[in-house]
Amino acid sequence: MSSKDIVLGRVRRALAGAPADTTPYEQAIARAYVREHGRRTTEQTVDLLAEHLADYRAHVHRTDAAGLAGLIARLLTDRGARRVLVPAGLPPQWPAAVDATRVEDRPDATHDDLDSVDSVVTGCALAIAETGTIVLDAGPAQGRRRITLVPDHHVCVIRAPGQVVASLPQALERLVPTRPLTWISGPSATSDIELQRVEGVHGPRRLDVVLLDDAG
Amino acid sequence: MSSTFLGLPSFPVAARESTRDGQLRANLRHATHTIRAKRAVAVGELSDWGELRAAGAAIKDHTLAHLDHYLQQLEQAVTAAGGHVHWAADADEANRIVTDLVHATGETEVVKVKSMATQEIGLNEALAAQGIRAYETDLAELIVQLGDDRPSHILVPAIHKNRAEIRDIFRTQMAAWGRPAPQGLSDEPAALAEAARLHLRQKFLHTKVGISGANFMVADTGTLVVLESEGNGRMCLTLPETLISVVGIEKIVPTFRDLEVFLQTLPRSSTAERMNPYTTMWTGTTDGDGPKEFHLVLLDNGRTDTLADTVGRQALRCIRCSACLNVCPVYERAGGHAYGSAYPGPIGAILTPQLRGTATELDASLPYASSLCGACYDVCPVAIDIPDILVHLRQRVVEGGETVRGGVKTVLEPAKGHTTERAAMRAARWVFTHPAAFAAGRRAATATRRLHSRRLPGPGRAWTDTRDLPAVPAQSFRAWWQRTHTTKGGTP
Ligand code: SF4
Repeated sequence: MSSKDIVLGRVRRALAGAPADTTPYEQAIARAYVREHGRRTTEQTVDLLAEHLADYRAHVHRTDAAGLAGLIARLLTDRGARRVLVPAGLPPQWPAAVDATRVEDRPDATHDDLDSVDSVVTGCALAIAETGTIVLDAGPAQGRRRITLVPDHHVCVIRAPGQVVASLPQALERLVPTRPLTWISGPSATSDIELQRVEGVHGPRRLDVVLLDDAG
Repeated sequence: MSSTFLGLPSFPVAARESTRDGQLRANLRHATHTIRAKRAVAVGELSDWGELRAAGAAIKDHTLAHLDHYLQQLEQAVTAAGGHVHWAADADEANRIVTDLVHATGETEVVKVKSMATQEIGLNEALAAQGIRAYETDLAELIVQLGDDRPSHILVPAIHKNRAEIRDIFRTQMAAWGRPAPQGLSDEPAALAEAARLHLRQKFLHTKVGISGANFMVADTGTLVVLESEGNGRMCLTLPETLISVVGIEKIVPTFRDLEVFLQTLPRSSTAERMNPYTTMWTGTTDGDGPKEFHLVLLDNGRTDTLADTVGRQALRCIRCSACLNVCPVYERAGGHAYGSAYPGPIGAILTPQLRGTATELDASLPYASSLCGACYDVCPVAIDIPDILVHLRQRVVEGGETVRGGVKTVLEPAKGHTTERAAMRAARWVFTHPAAFAAGRRAATATRRLHSRRLPGPGRAWTDTRDLPAVPAQSFRAWWQRTHTTKGGTP
């Protein structure tokens, strides 16, 4: 008998004693919780996102299409970035004003190659206002998961309000589960030493979030 | 059973040690009270906490009631997405599977992200015995590993160490494991975190095999989910060529949508944040992104035995948030090590005796490591009635009776006359003779608890009198204790 048969056999015997639970999944769970906490206008939802991102020490900036290239260039210069990674599908106008050397996200690049990159600029799949979370799904403007992990500085652009949802249930509805998903709520952090929060352990130590106005 | 935890002293003996250690108690008290207060704020933000909690419990109960179905669905989905699924009936089998998988890669080093399941089975020791070195990468786990120590809290495993102790461990031990600590390392938490970053960086970039657990597995999509804070999880889950995840079979949820409940309740109950810094979700393998090979090891190791117990099976709902530890007056005074397993605190007191049975002194004493105050139940995000299970397990220890071990029906001997009896009595005594632990419990109990036990929970009474009782308030237990304790005098 395979271990699979052994384990499944044990499960079935363990459940055999009680009367079979025949309620189908759809009816078994009372989902009396809310889809969104409170009522907000679109504008207020974006404000809440900005506030919650900042709560967990992300640096939040707002701009429109005209100001975006300049803002991204400034964020990289402020950081002293010399090598900047951009995913292949990033809209070309976003990093148009960047002086630093631009590095492509190549499939054959080693992790060490990535380690020599100072900053990475990406888009995102969506952002969640209630929790202050950005979700990446490895789409064209985001690239492979590792490029937002190894460099020490991540600039992430969110189209707002287009990519902003209010709550976690709304986010899950929009995401494709089979894509590799990375949820980011502030820069990496630890509270392992005397529960004192320290930002920046292994992931990027600085997270700049740009809210790009796409209302018009 | 994990070799790490073999031969540990029973709860009261270990607890006595911890209560004597003033530094440890101060660290623990500070930590648990801090997280407790923060959690209350984070939970208070959600007006529908009660509904989320009920839904979380219902999702888990439904899944457990159809566990065979969901396990097979999960296996299919993971396989279809390019992953490989292995089944492990017990710890030895899981360790063997993982060791063989690592051997097959030709590698002798692995990076690990914190996982309760791999601690439970003693994976690091099993790998070491086969010449494979496992590097723990979670900051607290690193502290524990470098200090040749054991974790004492689910969320903050090095909660028992203060900054100066951590600095000393880094200074003296890092060199033996890789990059040494920086010269003149201070005990500032930021400096210590930086030292860990530097120490682990090369390992993340070059190690070819990663080992993890998972917080959730989604049956219909085959998606695995890991929540973390530091980014070491992302490193281990995306940079290695081969990823091996060892996950308890109870970690399944039916659909992706179900995560909308747990991703709201887990971070707030655990780190008291709206959301933890990083969450990774992956489904099998993805071309050109992340590990090329993915292995999922589904672990039983006593879980199906727990499932066979209609009262105790609730414990399998646990999402390992650690909220119950932080409110527990007994944990606060006894410390995590006293529980003698990967699972400290109230959850350990109900889970360990079910996963391992109650044959040893330690495991028999665990159900007594509580004042039954019910604070753990109140904070539990999946509403596990921990006091009720404790009472149930006490009965099992004292009266014996039918149970399932390793999938086989077994009749347990009553503990009377055995060393387990004395261990249980001593644990009960420890709780009662620590006025703070007991008084805190009693207040909460009389205010909020309703114990629907069928029998008197005290060990002595139940040995001689096994009448069914309609309902027993926690006070009766105390009254029982005072009676038996004062008449017997001395150590029971
Ligand atoms: S028993 Fe409940 S409170 Fe304790 S760790 Fe598990 S889920 Fe959290």
